[in-house]
Amino acid sequence: MSDSLSKIIRTTADVMFLFITVFGFYIVLHGHLTPGGGFQGGAVIATGFILLIVAYKLEDFLGWFQKKTFQSCEMSGLILFIGTALAAIPLGYLFFMNFLNGTGGLFGQAVPFGINPGFLNTAGTIPIMNIAVGIEVLGGLSIIILYMTSGIQSHEEGE
Amino acid sequence: MMRTKVAWFTLVVLAAGLLFAAVSLPFGSPAMSDMDDYFIAHGQEQTGANNIVTSIVFDFRAFDTLGEACVLFTAVFGVSVLFRLRKKEEDYEYE
Repeated sequence: MSDSLSKIIRTTADVMFLFITVFGFYIVLHGHLTPGGGFQGGAVIATGFILLIVAYKLEDFLGWFQKKTFQSCEMSGLILFIGTALAAIPLGYLFFMNFLNGTGGLFGQAVPFGINPGFLNTAGTIPIMNIAVGIEVLGGLSIIILYMTSGIQSHEEGE
Repeated sequence: MMRTKVAWFTLVVLAAGLLFAAVSLPFGSPAMSDMDDYFIAHGQEQTGANNIVTSIVFDFRAFDTLGEACVLFTAVFGVSVLFRLRKKEEDYEYE
């Protein structure tokens, strides 16, 4: 794991990382319209980071992204998720109530019922929770692989 | 030898019974469908999401998603404890 792979694999990883990340964010942001959601999109984005970890040296990857970044991604995602759920209580609703739906503000556009082309600015708190879970999953899965790669490398160096 | 025959006989009878039960189940017509019908009829109206699955996972059953997020957090915590970088025998670095 201490060496980076060949130049072909590294270039392919560079190109594919962009598309994988964009596709993952698409899945997260359109979770209330198309199949997918926070968990699936977060896993796709984490796949892009894992591709970079596999293709490059660990030191190179840690020079671009720090472990603290992924840790704070995971924590802030969980906090945003619980915060969105708790924000309904001071406004006079129940826990996990969808208080933004149909109000006209953020994600509050009224939905034409029945078959419609799908509008991004709908569904109330559901997109916010999708984004929160997506951030959490992308941080969590990436940091798991990062911990394991660091453990393998320190094991190979240490013995 | 006898035990092997009995084991094979039991296995065949069990497999046949379970297969018969699985085949004889009516497919696509559950006994109780009140909840599903309610979600399909009112999901878009009450949550505003076109995707019924997302409206169930993130609105009607959001507690389940909260539990899943906590499970993932606990898994990451466990991996971080297991794969901690150890400099010396008594010197731990939780990074």
